[in-house]
Amino acid sequence: MTQLALVIDLNVCVGCHACVTSCKQWNTSGPAGYMCDDNPYDRDPTGTFFNRVQSFEIGEFPNTETVHFPKSCLHCEDPPCVPVCPTGASYKREQDGIVLVDYDKCIGCKYCSWACPYGAREFDEHQKVMKKCTLCVDRIYDEKLPESERKPACVLACPTNARLFGDVHDSGSDVSIMIREEGGYQLMPEWGTKPSNHYLPRRKTRIRIHEDELIRADNPLKKEGLKPAKVIDDQTLDDVTSW
Amino acid sequence: MHPAFSVIFLTTLIGAGQGLFLALFTAQSYAAVEFVTIKNPHQFYAYGSAIALALLLAGLVASFFHLGHPERAWRSAAQWRTSWLSREVLVLPAFMFIVFVYGTMHYFNRDPMIIDVQNQPLQGQLSLYVGITGTLLCFTLFVCTGMIYACLKFLQEWHSPLTVINYVLLGTASGFTLATAYSAFMAPNLVNLFGTWAAIITLAALISRSASLFRNSRIKHKSSLQSAIGIRHTNIQQKAMGLMGGSFNTREYFHHAKSGFLKSIKWIFLILVFIFPVILLSAGINQKSNDLLITAFLVQYIGLLAERWFFFAQANHPQNLYYQTV
Repeated sequence: MTQLALVIDLNVCVGCHACVTSCKQWNTSGPAGYMCDDNPYDRDPTGTFFNRVQSFEIGEFPNTETVHFPKSCLHCEDPPCVPVCPTGASYKREQDGIVLVDYDKCIGCKYCSWACPYGAREFDEHQKVMKKCTLCVDRIYDEKLPESERKPACVLACPTNARLFGDVHDSGSDVSIMIREEGGYQLMPEWGTKPSNHYLPRRKTRIRIHEDELIRADNPLKKEGLKPAKVIDDQTLDDVTSW
Repeated sequence: MHPAFSVIFLTTLIGAGQGLFLALFTAQSYAAVEFVTIKNPHQFYAYGSAIALALLLAGLVASFFHLGHPERAWRSAAQWRTSWLSREVLVLPAFMFIVFVYGTMHYFNRDPMIIDVQNQPLQGQLSLYVGITGTLLCFTLFVCTGMIYACLKFLQEWHSPLTVINYVLLGTASGFTLATAYSAFMAPNLVNLFGTWAAIITLAALISRSASLFRNSRIKHKSSLQSAIGIRHTNIQQKAMGLMGGSFNTREYFHHAKSGFLKSIKWIFLILVFIFPVILLSAGINQKSNDLLITAFLVQYIGLLAERWFFFAQANHPQNLYYQTV
């Protein structure tokens, strides 16, 4: 089985919102109709977005870190929003696990948005239907595009490569390797929704240096075995005397 | 959650309509075994059913205001296998149809007998069967309405059997209070019966609603900001919500009322739904005052509007964790 998903690397996300704007640009121009945008340059701008980037400050000054947190539909493996839909407009695709809304069937009762613990769904005030991230389903299978561009718009836009796209059920895929090896995690695991999108945590790269690596007790070019260890305080003439 | 008035009116109106039907059928079953006698029984049931049907219809109309696409509402019957909302959409019209049939049978006084019970014909046989069907549908509808909220496991304030029990008891209580006022005009000898039941159910509802208030006041939320964004640190502050104005996420899941207002609404509905109606009912029955009985229903209904508002406002959706600075 295939489960397409995003892996978002919080270690490299710089919070530039390029994924937000490219998502809006692609999806507002698509066949499913525009995503509304009211008062964009006025007071109280509001509109429909599939993806948003939030920022959190972790820790107490001066030991703080700013984490930028992109948030979109997580395409849960057990999506709580799907069974509650009275019309069947909300569904999860068998073939690739993408959770979608059929805008022609949606009656706009908003019940699915109550059933999503992540607040991933947004009601479009103009079209009066529930909308959400489609994982750019209209572009990832488009054979008119070169293969390198058959990815969600947000993934292509990310300048730091913080967004990875692939099949999380294929253990050999890039995303699965990243989840496995870089400590990928799911949001709110306590609800058993099994989100497909994973997040990679902040990671610190530290080199552990031992003292004997700093002080050259012996000439590494010498072939005939180790010499007795020198007292560190002593001056060593290794470099000058060995030839 | 943001309390939507369409849903508040839907649930309170159909609750009163359902309760009124239950009250009418209670009277008919009492009359069938000759516990009570009703003058002009057919008129009494027929007009009562008409009022119940009007309330159910008003609730149905209110529910359409909640929809973005009311013209597609018929589609919502599709997913009854999984969705409680879909089940409610099926049961509500079915129940309305039965109430209509029940009322019509009485209005035209068509009540054929089906079986002889040891040569002792029971009065109103067919309408009793219709009434039993209606009662079953009525309780199914209460359960569907309650389960719409109770089935959402991460809305922990709602995810409890108490939610369903409250819907049943509060709806029935308001229906019986209405039946008390209605019988004061149509069948004064039933006022005591309905009034007593109304008070008993209201007090039962007080116990179950207080239990859910108590439960919700000490609720421990499973999700935290830490589990929401997956960062294990005790000190996390949100600096940006990803939007400059509002969004659906900041409107739909917050009640946007001051905490003082929220607290006062709780006391207001406790007084209006439970305390005043019981006092007004007993005063109305003792003084044989129809006005007091009507006031009892109106006060209780207004209280139920406040109760339903509070029910929504109190529910804390875990998505709010992502919107800390609303």
